[in-house]
Amino acid sequence: MSVESVALPRPAVGPSSVGRLARLVGGSFVLRSLLKAIATILIVTTLTFFLVRLLPGSPVEVYIQTLMGQYSMTYDQARDQASALYTIDLDSPLYVQYLGYLAHLAQGNLGTSLLSQGTPVSDIILRFLPWTLFCIGTALLVSFSLGIGLGMILAYRRESTLDHVFTALASVTSSIPEYLIGLLLVVFLGIQWSLIPIAAMRGSMSPGMQPHLGLDFLIDALFHAALPITTYVLGTIGVWTLTMKSSTIAALEEDYVTVARARGLRDSRIRNAYVGRNAILPLVTQLAITAGYVVGGAVVIERLFVYQGIGYVLSSSIDQRDYTVMQGVFLTITLAVIFANLLADMLYGRLDPRIRLAGGGG
Amino acid sequence: MSQATIAPSWTGSGRGGPLYELGLVLRLMARNPAGLAGFIAVVLIVLLSVVGPLFIPLDMTMNPAKIYQPPSWTYPLGTDYQGRDVWSQIVHGGQSVLLIAFLAALMSTLIAVTFGALGAFAGGWVDGVITFVTDVFLTIPTLPLLVVLSAFIKLNSLPLLSVIIGALAWPVLLRSVRSQVLSLKERDYVEAARALDLGTRHIIGAEILPQMLSYIVISFVLAMRTAIYAQTALIFLGLVPLSGNNWAVMIQLAWVRGAVFFRDSLFYILSPVLAIAVVQLALVTMTRSLEEVFNPRLRTGG
Repeated sequence: MSVESVALPRPAVGPSSVGRLARLVGGSFVLRSLLKAIATILIVTTLTFFLVRLLPGSPVEVYIQTLMGQYSMTYDQARDQASALYTIDLDSPLYVQYLGYLAHLAQGNLGTSLLSQGTPVSDIILRFLPWTLFCIGTALLVSFSLGIGLGMILAYRRESTLDHVFTALASVTSSIPEYLIGLLLVVFLGIQWSLIPIAAMRGSMSPGMQPHLGLDFLIDALFHAALPITTYVLGTIGVWTLTMKSSTIAALEEDYVTVARARGLRDSRIRNAYVGRNAILPLVTQLAITAGYVVGGAVVIERLFVYQGIGYVLSSSIDQRDYTVMQGVFLTITLAVIFANLLADMLYGRLDPRIRLAGGGG
Repeated sequence: MSQATIAPSWTGSGRGGPLYELGLVLRLMARNPAGLAGFIAVVLIVLLSVVGPLFIPLDMTMNPAKIYQPPSWTYPLGTDYQGRDVWSQIVHGGQSVLLIAFLAALMSTLIAVTFGALGAFAGGWVDGVITFVTDVFLTIPTLPLLVVLSAFIKLNSLPLLSVIIGALAWPVLLRSVRSQVLSLKERDYVEAARALDLGTRHIIGAEILPQMLSYIVISFVLAMRTAIYAQTALIFLGLVPLSGNNWAVMIQLAWVRGAVFFRDSLFYILSPVLAIAVVQLALVTMTRSLEEVFNPRLRTGG
């Protein structure tokens, strides 16, 4: 698609300079990714701003009405309190409100929780985010490494019984929603066969436990994260396995592998340095993208096991109509995905030199 | 999966006629036994959900004396937490699940095909804008966004829920439609049509889209699966105040009422969970047989 390269001669001012800028940005892979990331952030923040502020019967209006009704405040008092909580100056014109809101966001000021008054939203996010990162992050790493290993074994033992059984299993588990797998774990392991103490495993840590550096805390954290991790791994390992399997099969058919074999290199060396490394390459960027979804991708799993992570906070903030918390959590989740995508784009360019040369090959 | 090397015994005599066509399609599907099984499962589930309610009445009166009964002749799948028949709820609960999935998939496929083809064909700034918007929407995490939207929009009607799920599910498909059209555009017969000056509408409608039909149908089926995933998640989180019968609502009720934690409730819990799991699995495996049917090289190659 290089229609633009046959650019017609145009006057040197106005549209042409814009066009040149556009071509410059379009030509550079990294610049384009960056621009995309910024645009996405702008769109998401605008969306949340308008949802919270402008929709008829918007949370801000409702909050003002509640304050007037419950605490018999005057309209002005209620308005002042609402604008403080939402970090929106309700008296200024709309576009100033919007810009002010963006400026606050840029400083990391996400407002204050409506429910637990005086608690900054950023504090709430910082309190619950580590749990999700630990739990789902571990799960992703376990799922990825197991899937890579399994996928490679299946590719090497193609058409064996092992291959047939595990490929079928991987297709089944990757087709079923992971939260249903979690529900089945609860029903069978917890209730029907009574193998695990399902009630004691709820939450992210045992009552009375304080986060500290110590073996007892680590064991407790793992005990509570075990079910969410198992669910996530079972739900996602199939995709990694199948992708790695086909990627390995493709790598095995490459000429350089045949040449390496002809040169009489040891099988282990061929497997690790020639096949493995090239087969993993496309999965690394996929891992980077998936890592971004770790922050928000487990809303249902966290809800299912009452695991108090960021996804749990998101769904409970909606139950409790705590809009500032909801807005802050959603922005955090989206930012994580945006940065992960940016990282993946750059990784991709670095790992595969062809991308850099091809430029804007879309 | 193993590519069964069944000899194409259908080449040769007896062509023509709708029955022959149907037999041909079924035989092509049977090249992938798992895919055929998936297709048959989907057909059975659709039949059960559409025709079943006409024959099996739904009785939702409470019967406290018959809570969590095991399967029997009267109650093939046992009873729920209020002593109601689970089987009839399953029969009546598929319709809305499938309807939402169908409408959402229709919506996202329409958006993806229209704008994907438009972008690939128009090129220039139109393509640039479409690609950019797609990339942006691709980045926004869908489920959290749906969760947030549910706080502002009351998703209590089937069409609305479908539209919102569908309106967020198009970016992946659009990307692949666009790249497919880009590659088809360069083929010789398209060049020929262009040389004959047959017009863009003819080229897209008669030359390119038919080639993409298989791709679109398969994507549609997979989009239905995504929509079922999204609606079940939203309903399970309690964010969709959907009344009426729906497998996902059954799961949510069983969870909220604590029925999960009774040993006797096994069949009540498993029924909707397996119903959704089987639909998902069947839709995915069905696409493999669709590939066999649509692949023109397999059809003509004798």
